[in-house]
Amino acid sequence: MSTLQPAKPAPKKIDYSSDQQVRWCPGCGDYSILKQVQSVLQEFGRPKEEIVFISGIGCSSRFPYYLDTYGMHGIHGRAPAIASGLRSVQPDVSLWVITGDGDSLSIGTNHLVHVLRRNVDLNILLFNNEIYGLTKGQYSPTSPEGAVTRSTPMGSTDHPFNPLALCKGADASFLARSMDRDPKHLREVLLRAEKHRGTSMVEIYQNCNVFNDGAFEIFTEKASKALHTVFVEHGKPLLFDNGRKGIKLDGFTPKVADLTTGGASVDDLWVHDEHDSFKASLLVRLFDDPHKEGALPRPFGVFYVNERPTHEAKMNAQVALAKQKRGMGDLDVLLRGKQTWTIN
Amino acid sequence: MTGKAGTPGNGTPEARRDNAPSPPVPLHPEMDTIQPSHHKATEVREKVVILFAGDSGDGIQLTGSQFTDTNALFGNDVSTFPNYPAEIRAPQGTIAGVSGFQLHFGSVDVFTPGDQCDTLVVMNAAALKANLHKLKKGGIIIANSDGFDTKNLRLAGYKDDANPLTDRSLDNYVLHPVDIAKLTRLALEGTTLGMKEKDRSKNMFVLGFIHWMYGRKLDRSRAFIMDKFKDKPDLLEANLRVLQAGYNYGDTSETFTTRFEVKPAPMPKGEYRNITGNQGVAIGLIAGAQKAGLELFYGSYPITPASDILHELSRNKHFGVKTFQAEDEIAAVCTAIGASYGGGLGATASSGPGIALKTEALGLAVMLELPLVVVNVQRGGPSTGMPTKTEQADLWQAIHGRNGEAPMPVLAASSPTDCFEMAYEAVKLAVEHMTPVMLLTDGYMANGAEPWRFPKAADLRPIKPPFATPREDYEDTEVADGEAPAPDAFLPYERDERGVRPWAVPGMKGLQHRIGGIEKEDKTGNISYDPKNHQLMVNLRAQKVAKIADTYRPIRLDSGPDSGELLVVGWGSTYGAIRTAMLQLQTEGYSVAHVHLRHMFPMNKGLRDLLKRYKKVLVPEMNSGQLRQLLRAEYLVDAQGLNKVQGLPFTAEEIRNAALELLSK
Repeated sequence: MSTLQPAKPAPKKIDYSSDQQVRWCPGCGDYSILKQVQSVLQEFGRPKEEIVFISGIGCSSRFPYYLDTYGMHGIHGRAPAIASGLRSVQPDVSLWVITGDGDSLSIGTNHLVHVLRRNVDLNILLFNNEIYGLTKGQYSPTSPEGAVTRSTPMGSTDHPFNPLALCKGADASFLARSMDRDPKHLREVLLRAEKHRGTSMVEIYQNCNVFNDGAFEIFTEKASKALHTVFVEHGKPLLFDNGRKGIKLDGFTPKVADLTTGGASVDDLWVHDEHDSFKASLLVRLFDDPHKEGALPRPFGVFYVNERPTHEAKMNAQVALAKQKRGMGDLDVLLRGKQTWTIN
Repeated sequence: MTGKAGTPGNGTPEARRDNAPSPPVPLHPEMDTIQPSHHKATEVREKVVILFAGDSGDGIQLTGSQFTDTNALFGNDVSTFPNYPAEIRAPQGTIAGVSGFQLHFGSVDVFTPGDQCDTLVVMNAAALKANLHKLKKGGIIIANSDGFDTKNLRLAGYKDDANPLTDRSLDNYVLHPVDIAKLTRLALEGTTLGMKEKDRSKNMFVLGFIHWMYGRKLDRSRAFIMDKFKDKPDLLEANLRVLQAGYNYGDTSETFTTRFEVKPAPMPKGEYRNITGNQGVAIGLIAGAQKAGLELFYGSYPITPASDILHELSRNKHFGVKTFQAEDEIAAVCTAIGASYGGGLGATASSGPGIALKTEALGLAVMLELPLVVVNVQRGGPSTGMPTKTEQADLWQAIHGRNGEAPMPVLAASSPTDCFEMAYEAVKLAVEHMTPVMLLTDGYMANGAEPWRFPKAADLRPIKPPFATPREDYEDTEVADGEAPAPDAFLPYERDERGVRPWAVPGMKGLQHRIGGIEKEDKTGNISYDPKNHQLMVNLRAQKVAKIADTYRPIRLDSGPDSGELLVVGWGSTYGAIRTAMLQLQTEGYSVAHVHLRHMFPMNKGLRDLLKRYKKVLVPEMNSGQLRQLLRAEYLVDAQGLNKVQGLPFTAEEIRNAALELLSK
């Protein structure tokens, strides 16, 4: 990923921040994401009027107010739909959807899966903090079973979503996972997402230090990160634990291979191919509870990229074809219809 | 005729004659003129109501709409009412499965599909049982005797196999049993079609026969068949044959001694076409978008009876129309809002339950102050209610059905042609005043058709979007600029004298801004929870919508004296029934007037004064009194209601009786 160049060289570093005071809680993971998004926008250097952020409802959805671009703070769960309509009439703007786990995996799941299958060209940044923050601490559809929250004092009885597996099931054309605590990685993933034509789905593990502090600690903190995460890169083997371990495929079953004992070598490992749909389906299923004995590490990086036509491209092609076949619409012809009669 | 049910026992003389050998059927129907029926009498009628009824799979709707087109082209005024079950193929032969198409055509103005019918065409026993009460005493029944066998009689609920075609229970009517199935098959003898395919052409026999009965040429229906089946030569040939066979049957069968003539109506000079309400809405949206210079985006989720708008629009992509079949009603309206934010004209339509789902997004549109057209093709409610039946019980939903103070203009069309006018006006108001607009139509006018003296595109009123002016001199500040002063921010909620904010679209330089559903600070649009600012914004949004009434033309009576005993206030598709009743009462010397409201919110400013000029006010509605309550609340007038919530339109007779009763009090 580090060899990638942005679409356009940036002649200058535009200041995309708005004049609004950022009002997330001190220490919120959202600050880090905002900073990396600004950095990515600067990398592409598009003028402010060519950028649009659409959000739903939730802490993360305040995001558009903090950027001096076009933006809409919509209603709960509906940002993908609003953005799909906008994209239909604006084929060229840089379009971003900012959402959270409650916004897009609970009240708005329907729109999420449909925007993915249609492949509307936009970037979805899903801030997953496994909790409802804005409503002050209820469990979310990504909270683990047993999570004790304000609405589940005896622990959640709900089985959680595996967000990227859900998105893979909806035939997402770009799937990636990153985290607020690894700004360099996040930046690279966001650059890839913006470059991809189609719906880019980026799940970002984001710490809510007020209602769910440390939910992703095991993946983000230095002491445990190496053992519990695997950072995938196209064409490279799945290595973790500082190269001491890797993931190999035993048939369709991913297994940990210890490279230090001589029982397995790097050549035995699963080599990541981000264009392989079937392997991407396996990769998103690496979703073990990290606290359980023998858990496979959680993957991060760009899982899957599929260059298929965007929804708006097909829609615009039909309009162009209709105009070519029938000529530009003539309103008088439409008003007359096919059959008329005259009364004198 | 040898069909079981058609076998006469103690049948009427007509039925016995029907047992005669089948008439010859010509196999080459390409002659372009109709043989004159010298041997048959012709009666002239001013207007005629025909009700075609059969199983929902019998092709009755097609028969009805084709004969409508023929009459409209001939120069009659027409009005139609298709009435069909919610199920695509409801149980065959049962009352629940009966589909109907009522056609009213005349040499005089007709405003409704008619209260009672002159001729009832039934394809089976259930169709007769379900519709006999709509036939005038002495009216004509054309019955497909094949549909009156033991099974059909049982399914229709006739007790002990009593056959109405033979048991003299229909002696008060002129009954013509015809074995349409057999005659159709005979006409198709020697073709390669299977029995099922042959039977599917029965509706063409009916169509041909009814053309004969009312002295109409087959040209129009022939052209229709030739176009419809142009890629299926065997079906084309078959349908033409059966159509001609039906016509010839009327001409040659001794059963039918009389045909009827309905002369052209004296309509205003001009060029006409036929149009349904849903077509009117679709064309109105396209026309509005074109005149405004905007790309039309239509987000929609299929729902009866609104889906035909989506179908019509999706056929007109060469106007740059973008149709989006969304995953649900919420996405349908949200995509439309997104398109409007992107500088297109966002529109969506649904029916009551779907509008309910869109409600939160409509509140968002009120806050965003973006153009949006929302059409509610009302149907029987609440909940799923009666999807294929008509009602006008969503008026309160349209005006009041949102959380918070969320005023939105509400328009109501009164007829299929008015659907065009009001859809066009909805676009104009939405775009020029930067507001969502709700247009109410209903299933009755959406599927009903009438002649339309269509306008010329050049004559349509202009529509001017209040686009903001891009700031070409704007320069994006750089991080390195440090303390350099930022350019003045664009003010997205700065209003003009009408209270309208500017429309700034992504891509417009220097106008980047954020909007949303959270309460906004006046002018800047930044988030604000300030108490006084909230009051101010509530007031500003309300004033903006209220000022729309300044654009209306002065209020105008539909008929009657400008003061007097009784004012009937109508809205929506009750127009035809009220107009018919009022014209009649006025002819009889009663002091009654009719005003028909098309602006439900805000209302016409002249209404207050108008209501005072009559001693009594009657408000007929297909609901329990929603407009009546609004009038009472707003104008302190003692309005009385005539309310019917049966999924059926009013008859003129019902309006007349209610008016007379109120006058006599």
